[in-house]
Amino acid sequence: MTTRRSKRFWIQLAFTLLVCGFLVVPVVLSVLAGLSENFFVGVKSGLTLRWVGEVWALYAETVYRSIGIALACLACTLVLGVPAAYVLASRQTRWTRAIEELLVLPVAVPGLATALALILFYGELRWFRQSWLFILVGHVLFTLPFMVRSVVAVMAAIDMKTLEEAAASLGASFRERFFGVILPNARPGILAGALMVVTLSIGEFNITWMLHTPLTKTLPVGLADSYASMRLEIGSAYTIVFFFMIIPLLVAMQYMSGAGARDKGERWKPAR
Amino acid sequence: MARAARDARLHAWLLAPALAVFTAFWLLPLTRLAVVGWSGPQGLSAYFAVVTNAQYFRSLVSTVVLSLGVTAATLVVSGVAGLFLTRNEFPGKKVLLAMLTFPLAFPGVVVGFMVIMLAGRQGLIGDVSEWVLDERIVFAYSMAGLFTGYLYFSIPRVILTVMAAAEKLDSALEEAARSLGASPWRVVRDVIIPGLMPALVSAGAICFATSMGAFGTAFTLATKINVLPITIYTEFTNYANFSIAAALSIVLGVITWAALALARSLAGGTVSAAA
Repeated sequence: MTTRRSKRFWIQLAFTLLVCGFLVVPVVLSVLAGLSENFFVGVKSGLTLRWVGEVWALYAETVYRSIGIALACLACTLVLGVPAAYVLASRQTRWTRAIEELLVLPVAVPGLATALALILFYGELRWFRQSWLFILVGHVLFTLPFMVRSVVAVMAAIDMKTLEEAAASLGASFRERFFGVILPNARPGILAGALMVVTLSIGEFNITWMLHTPLTKTLPVGLADSYASMRLEIGSAYTIVFFFMIIPLLVAMQYMSGAGARDKGERWKPAR
Repeated sequence: MARAARDARLHAWLLAPALAVFTAFWLLPLTRLAVVGWSGPQGLSAYFAVVTNAQYFRSLVSTVVLSLGVTAATLVVSGVAGLFLTRNEFPGKKVLLAMLTFPLAFPGVVVGFMVIMLAGRQGLIGDVSEWVLDERIVFAYSMAGLFTGYLYFSIPRVILTVMAAAEKLDSALEEAARSLGASPWRVVRDVIIPGLMPALVSAGAICFATSMGAFGTAFTLATKINVLPITIYTEFTNYANFSIAAALSIVLGVITWAALALARSLAGGTVSAAA
């Protein structure tokens, strides 16, 4: 690496900064808009938390509902996804590959199609259609593949068979092996999958918009609502609330991927 | 082998809950959706309406053209930026990377709002153009706005893919090409791009499939832009035209699924779309 930078370096740096600006400038603008008295006049009209307060009064329940659905979704994907991932990782046959393909379909097909299908199939069931569980189902379908993928990837990287056989030869039952050996070893994958599931569920719109009712609005549904019918400052303040919710998740994800890269060398490797 | 049989039974039980939920809430409803598609007044021809009906055909063509354009632009932009970020170390790079990947978690609606912030009626581009040209440029609520939005959510994803692939490239090959007198451009064309090809193909497919099915951004910017997801939405909610909406969404689903499957067979490895 030379300390003297070439002209090409500066051109590419400028280009990358331009791309970064394209992504970040609107974020900064919306934060400013949500905090200024009157965005049309500009920041000089004064900074205020008034709009954030108004958003909280109007939409607080969408925030609670989104968190609730995301946690319920996480519980479902853990219960459904981790055992499934264990089977898919330990058995690599035509059948398990086909099942993996099937489970990914709700991600490969647009959310709109999944939502229409759910409405046409279950729309008549009034109590279900009107409850938040209807939205939860959509979120579980959409996030399950991410949990399964993430756990399968880690399980494939550790030598699960040897670990399990060692435990079995010491007399551990399957339950003991699963909870005492397999789950602790798959923890990085489960954690990464969990963060992904919660982040995706909190931001899910394409399915949720079709499935929601006036009484089951989630955060992104409320956002769309405020963008369409409220003044710009309120929409912006609401977006700030959303940023606040996802930033910790993103930071945790970055930290996890950093930690994953650091201890990769010490991880169990398949002995082939 | 009693043990193998016992394992098989155990594995079946472990898979059963996920498969049951998937079957009850996705497979059966989607099958019903496909059936509804041909049980309308037009019968099976609802599935061909996307080519035979001028309005739906226009909607399909504009969605495909838009998605292809977004994919091409994203690959170029993210390819250059991603390659630059893997090849160079400089102070502040970590911060830059964090800023580039922040929008990854934005839902389509928020991306739409970001475009409004840039190019909407009170947007930055409007302010700047009014000051410089004495004329407000506002394009958020048109096809150009959609293009901007799709570019916005595609760039971070593709940058990450390009960076992951570029880190695995053998830099000795580039050194060799350079020492044999290849110009920088030839190194890019003959060494770097072929090396990145599998990653570019799979990233491009994800980008295309995501753009084809994106609903939130288009919904926020304008419900009058004629892209396929919006057409499906209006047929379903405004006209209660269930069979056409069902047929069109099956067609759209087949297109996005096929794009991803094709890319996977070309590139190998795992390809899946995201929000």
